[in-house]
Amino acid sequence: MLARMIQRLDNAAPSRRAFLIGASAMAGGLAIGFRPAEATTVASKGLVPFDAYLRIAPDSTVTVISAHMDMGQGIYDGIATLVAEELHADWSQMKATGGSGNPKLYGNVAWGGMIQGTGGSTGAASSWERYRIAGATARQMLVAAAAAEWGVPASDIKVEAGVISHANGRKASFGDMAAKAASQPVPASVTLKDPKDWVFIGNDKLRRLDSMAKSSGKMDYTIDVRLPGMLTAVPIHPPLFGAVVTSFDASKARAIKGVVDVVQHPRGLAVVAVDMWTALKGREAVTVVWDESKAEKRSSADLAKEYRELSMKPGTATARNDGNAEAAIAGAARTIEATFEFPYIAHAALEPLNAVVRRNDDGTLEIWGGHQMPDIYQGTAAAIAGIAPDKLKMHVMKTGGGFGRRAVIDADVIVEAVSVAKAIGFRAPVKMQWTREDDMRAGRYRPAYVHRLKAGIDTDGRITGWYNHIVGQSIVAGTPFAAQMVTNGVDLTSVEGANNLPYRFAAQKVDLTTTQTGVPVLWWRAVGSTHTAYAVEVFLDEIAAMTGKDPYAYRMSMLDPASKHAGVLKLAAEKAGWGTPLPAGRFRGIALAESFNTEVAQVVEISLKPNGSFKVERVVCAVNCGVAINPDNVRAQMEGGIGFGLGAVMKSQTTLDKGRVVEANFDSHEVLRFDEMPVVEVHIVPSTAKPSGVGEPGVPPIGPAVANAIFAATKRRMHVLPFARGENA
Amino acid sequence: MIDLSINGAVRRFDIDPDMPLLWALRDHAGLTGTKFGCGIAQCGACTVHVDGQPVRSCSMPVSAVAGARITTIEAASGPVAKAVQAAWTALDVPQCGYCQSGQVMATIALLEANRTPSDADIDAALTGNLCRCATYARIRSAVHEAAKALG
Repeated sequence: MLARMIQRLDNAAPSRRAFLIGASAMAGGLAIGFRPAEATTVASKGLVPFDAYLRIAPDSTVTVISAHMDMGQGIYDGIATLVAEELHADWSQMKATGGSGNPKLYGNVAWGGMIQGTGGSTGAASSWERYRIAGATARQMLVAAAAAEWGVPASDIKVEAGVISHANGRKASFGDMAAKAASQPVPASVTLKDPKDWVFIGNDKLRRLDSMAKSSGKMDYTIDVRLPGMLTAVPIHPPLFGAVVTSFDASKARAIKGVVDVVQHPRGLAVVAVDMWTALKGREAVTVVWDESKAEKRSSADLAKEYRELSMKPGTATARNDGNAEAAIAGAARTIEATFEFPYIAHAALEPLNAVVRRNDDGTLEIWGGHQMPDIYQGTAAAIAGIAPDKLKMHVMKTGGGFGRRAVIDADVIVEAVSVAKAIGFRAPVKMQWTREDDMRAGRYRPAYVHRLKAGIDTDGRITGWYNHIVGQSIVAGTPFAAQMVTNGVDLTSVEGANNLPYRFAAQKVDLTTTQTGVPVLWWRAVGSTHTAYAVEVFLDEIAAMTGKDPYAYRMSMLDPASKHAGVLKLAAEKAGWGTPLPAGRFRGIALAESFNTEVAQVVEISLKPNGSFKVERVVCAVNCGVAINPDNVRAQMEGGIGFGLGAVMKSQTTLDKGRVVEANFDSHEVLRFDEMPVVEVHIVPSTAKPSGVGEPGVPPIGPAVANAIFAATKRRMHVLPFARGENA
Repeated sequence: MIDLSINGAVRRFDIDPDMPLLWALRDHAGLTGTKFGCGIAQCGACTVHVDGQPVRSCSMPVSAVAGARITTIEAASGPVAKAVQAAWTALDVPQCGYCQSGQVMATIALLEANRTPSDADIDAALTGNLCRCATYARIRSAVHEAAKALG
C-alpha cells in the first residue's frame, strides 16, 4: 500500500536535521523523543511520557513507544530491536507499547512524516534511523550521568547488556541512572553502531516479546477492553451498499431486559446493551424500513460482464507507455491474449472490527482501537464529538489481524462508536463490536478486477510488445490520499505491480479503466500486486510455454542479471532445485514479484491427486528486504503471506447477489485451513541496505506460482479466481 | 440464575440460559482470554475445555454446560499446558496472536489424549482452528516439539 506515495512524498520529507532529540524526566525515569527544532531545550515540561520513543523506568525496564500499530507483523519487536541495539540493553528488559497523538513524533517517515500511519510495509523503513538514534541518545545520556556521578571520563564507561560499568569496578543499572540521565544535556549528534558490532539486529535467536502473552490468553486486544459501566453496541448496517434508514421500530428490542437503547447514526443503527449477547438479541428484535433507491443492486456476475466488456475497449487512462506496444503486437510473428478475473475479497481479520469510547469527567475523550491512522481518526472522532482533537486520546491497541482493514480512511467503526456514545449522552463507555457477519458484509474489500493482457512475440520467442489493461475500482479516489496517489486518472494502487515490471520488453503499454460501483473498497494486504502480479506472472508462463522456454530461464533472460529481482529468482530456483526431477505426481511453478521495495520469488511444488485435486506441498521463498532486522520474523511474515495469499487464490471471494453480500462468515467466505498449509522454506538475501518491509510482499508471488504449477500438471490455465469457482477449463 | 464451574470454582450468574458460554466467560466472568471470531463454530478462536474436551464456546449455550467442568486458557496448567506454551514461545508461533488461545486449548486437548500425534492426528485436531496470519506450519512444529518434550 502507498508504495508510490512513499516515493512521491520522500522528496517532501523533512530533513533529519529539522529534528532534535529532546528528553525529559518522567516519574523518576528517562524519556527520549524527537522534538521539533524550535523546542531545543531539555525541559521537563512539554514531553509527556507517551510523546517519547522510549522510557526507562526505575526498575530498568525499557519501554519503546511504537509509531506503528502491530497487527501481528512484529513491528513492536522490530523497534525494540533497534532501540536495544543502540542502547546496549539486555533483551529481557525490553517492552513495547503504542504511541499516538503527535505526528511530529510519530509521523510515518516513509510517507513524508506528516501523519502517523501503518501501511505499505513501511514500519521498518520509517523506524530504521529514528529509533536507533533514540536508543543511542539515551545510552549517551546514561553514560554522561554515570560519568558525573562517578567522577570519571565518559569515554571510560562501558555499557553492555543493560549494565553501565567502569574499569574501577563501579556498576549501575539503567534504572539507577535514568533520573539523573534526564537532566544531562542532550547530545547534538550520536554515532550509530557499525553493523559488524550488531548483537540484536539480524540475531536469529531473539524471541518476540509477546509470544507468551499471546499463548496464554493474556494479550489484550480492543475486544478485551473492559471499563467500569461499559456498554456494548452492535451495528445494524444497510442490507445494500448505499441504502439508508427510512424508519425503524425498536419497541420490541427496548423491551428486552438489558437493552439500553437503539440509536441511529450516520452509518445505520446500533443496539446498545449491557453485554454482547443482549445487544445481539436486541438487534434481532429491531425492524427497519430501508430506502434502497440509491443502493448498488448489481450482482458480481453483472460487474464481471461489464468489466470484461470494458477490457476490450481502450483504457480511460494510461499508466505506462514505452514504445508502440500496440503496433508491435499487431506486427508480431505470434500473439497471445488472456483475460483474468479477480473477485472482491474481505480482509477477514480474526478480530472483528471494534472500538471503545469513553468520555472523562473533564470532557476529554479516549478511544481504544486498532488505529492504523490515528491522526485521521482523532480528527474525525473529535468532529463528531464536538471537541478539539487534542482533547481526544487515541489508544493504539494491538489487533487480531488487520491486512489493511484497519487503515480505513473514513474511520467507519470509530465513527459508529463515537456516534453511539454521543447519542446516549456519553453517559457510559461504549464498545462498538461488529460480529463476523457485520465485518464481512459491511464492505471494504479488495476491489474486483478484470485484466486483459496481450503480447506480441518474435520468432526467437522474445516479447516485442506487451499490453495490459486493468479494469476496476479505485481505492483512493475520493479520499484525502487521492491528491498524492492519483495521477492523470491513474490510481497508483490499481496498477502497482503492472506498471513497474523489471522485465525488459521492447515496448509496453499499461492501460487502466477505473469503474464506479457502490461497493466500498480498500487496500488488502499487498494491495495492487495481489492481482497485478498474478496476471503478469501467469501470463508470462503462458508465453514461455507457447515459445517452448523454461519459465525460470525465460524470466531470467528478461531481467538485469545484477538486479535484486534476478537475485531472488535465482536463489529461489537454486534452493528449490528447479529443473531437477520430481517424484511422480509432483509439479513445480515459479513466480516473482516486487512490492513495497521488497523482491520475493517463490517456487512451489504441488501434488496432483487422481481425482484432479491438488495440494501445495512445499514453497521455497527467497526475499530481499534489505537488512533483516529480525530474520525469524522475516521468515514468519513470508510464511504468513504465503498462507494468506494461497487461501485467497484457492477459495476466498466476496460476491454480490443483486447487491447483497453472499459470503458473511467463514463457512462461505473460506480461507486457508491448517491441513492446507504447505511446508515453507524462506531464504533471505544477505543485505546491508536500509530495510524495506516484509508484512505484505510475501503475498503476491504465491498465487501465480501455484497457478503455474497447476498448468505444468494439467495444462489448465487459472484465469478466474478463486480456483474454487471451478471456472478454469 | 445458573451455576457454572469455571476454572475450578463454581460461580452463579444471572444470565439468559441461551447465552453462549463465550459471552458468559467474556462479559460476565471477566475471562477475556477466550476470543470471539465467528460465532458459528467455524474458526475455533473460542475453544475452551468442557470436561476436558475441546468445545467451541461461541455455539454452546450456558444451559448445556451447567454442572460441567469448564476450563479456559487462563487456567490452562499442568505439564501438557506448560509444554505447549513453551513450544509456542520457543518457536515464536504467534503473529497477531488472536487465534492462539484457541489453538493452544485445542492442542492441549489433543496431547492430553494422544502423546504421540501424527501429522494426520494434528490435522484432525486443528483444522477447525483458523489462523489468518497462517502460522499453521509453526503450530505443527510446536505440537511435535511439545509432544517430544512430554516424552
